[in-house]
Amino acid sequence: MSQVFTKSMARNIYYGGSVFFVLLFLALTFDTSGKTPDLDNHEALTEQVALGKRVWEENNCIGCHTLLGEGAYFAPELGNVYTRFGNSTDAIVAFIKSRPAQGIPGRRSMPQFNLSDEELEAVAAFLKYTSEINSANWPPNIQG
Amino acid sequence: MQYRSQAVAKPYFIAAIGLFVGQILFGLILGMQYVMGDFLFPEIPFNVARMVHTNLLIVWLLFGFMGAAYYLVPEESERELHSPGLALLLFWVFLIAGALTVLGYLLVPYAGLAKLTGNELLPTMGREFLEQPTITKLGIVVVALGFLYNIGMTILSGRKTVVNLVLLTGLTGLALLFLFAFYNPDNLVKDKFYWWWVVHLWVEGVWELILGSILAFVLIKVTGVDREVIEKWLYVIIAMTLITGIIGTGHHYYWIGTPEYWQWWGSIFSALEPIPFFMMTVFAFNMVNRRRREHPNQAAVLWALGTAVMAFLGAGVWGFLHTLAPINYYTHGSQITAAHGHMAFYGAYVMIVLTIISYAMPILRGQPAGDPRSQVLEMWSFWFMTVAMVFITLFLTGAGVLQVWLQRYTENPQPFMVVQEKIEMFYWLRELAGLVFLIGLVMYVLSFFVKGGERPMAAETT
Repeated sequence: MSQVFTKSMARNIYYGGSVFFVLLFLALTFDTSGKTPDLDNHEALTEQVALGKRVWEENNCIGCHTLLGEGAYFAPELGNVYTRFGNSTDAIVAFIKSRPAQGIPGRRSMPQFNLSDEELEAVAAFLKYTSEINSANWPPNIQG
Repeated sequence: MQYRSQAVAKPYFIAAIGLFVGQILFGLILGMQYVMGDFLFPEIPFNVARMVHTNLLIVWLLFGFMGAAYYLVPEESERELHSPGLALLLFWVFLIAGALTVLGYLLVPYAGLAKLTGNELLPTMGREFLEQPTITKLGIVVVALGFLYNIGMTILSGRKTVVNLVLLTGLTGLALLFLFAFYNPDNLVKDKFYWWWVVHLWVEGVWELILGSILAFVLIKVTGVDREVIEKWLYVIIAMTLITGIIGTGHHYYWIGTPEYWQWWGSIFSALEPIPFFMMTVFAFNMVNRRRREHPNQAAVLWALGTAVMAFLGAGVWGFLHTLAPINYYTHGSQITAAHGHMAFYGAYVMIVLTIISYAMPILRGQPAGDPRSQVLEMWSFWFMTVAMVFITLFLTGAGVLQVWLQRYTENPQPFMVVQEKIEMFYWLRELAGLVFLIGLVMYVLSFFVKGGERPMAAETT
């Protein structure tokens, strides 16, 4: 870079650019927090759903699955599992309950987490709540 | 070594390399589980191995960044480190806390670990990359604060260079943004929104400042190019990083219940994110071409050029590949994401840490550069690991393209597990490439113990 473009000009772009875009990002964040209540299905946020989120977290489900596309890619997407399982929390509960403790020979298998009935119902409710978040039509189809 | 206190960097670098080896071993376990689903089940389920793999990566990179700071800040500030004792104390605190956390992952079921560490008091566990028990997270904050105090005091009372100030800005940003790890609302959309303030604003924001400043430091040392020129480049690169990368966070806000205008903001700004990486490549090659000395440490020069190229490919090119919203609609959360993640982390952050280790470690061991035979082995390890990573990325990309096609793009989308079986061959090839990576890593470790050989050029010390 020639002498026309000096170090202090470069520094000013760095400071000015950073400050401007930090402020813009904060403004967009502010606007987003005003608009998300229409999209985030927070009316459905019951105590049970909150417990379900804890169960989800404390069993590290995200270590294999994606949820709205984020997480690990070893096991199916669960953001829409409620609809994939025929809009049934019972089906989700039954699936989690039925996992064999010793796995399935040669295949991927979900661990048996030995959840209580309350925890099972809660995590299913959490997944139902998640499926009702307005995710701009993602995933593209029922397979996730 | 110009300042005695720089020596505290050495244990940090050694720990970084040790944890790196652990990370790769767990990576191979994961790769195996992709093709043999019951491998090590139920003793080490996939989620546990993955947590160890990713957390070790983060921890060893942090060790590397801290080692880099302890090495270069005294030299840039032209004074001894404020407190070498504190640096050593924090080293042991961080290492023991990290080791206990990993042991916790491996020995206790995760739910048990959550109970044991009182997660219900302040629930922060169980989110990707932030799986550490809350108490470990608090420990990270304490270590980060002590570290920043030590580095900050050194910088503020010494010579203030652009390299130093940019590094300090990056490290401060790293510590501040980590505080969002403690914000875990029940509202999943809010949780995800601010989770990215740690994850994205780290790796596509402040970590790039750390990367840029370490690269600038090494280039000043090995090329002898005027500091003014290098610092000007550094400013422009990090300016572009933040101008594109901050709003670029929007590429994570397409499908998580946030307003759809993020599809525009995210697409446009993240499409510009390759620019700073490309500039970094041009910068590194330019400086090396204009070098005023032949530095005896050719391995360090190779790593410096390598990190610039691979960061551009991994973060820039593979990032751009799936960042536009209409494309991301199909690729989001697929093996394409995994492909990008692997090469970006390797190119930008693994390689920059290996660059500074390559440059600093011989000096810390009392030589201007490693013995020629050691350097030759190190350069071979560079090629083994880098080429292996290119293939890991290509195989995962192949897997990802097929996955997206079969599961999301065709008229008759197929279930996840059906598709996984159909693309198994790519996972086998990825595992094979992973083994080559391990061979490269073994060569890398061995290079520290190899001595002798003829020095090809007139050695010039710095």
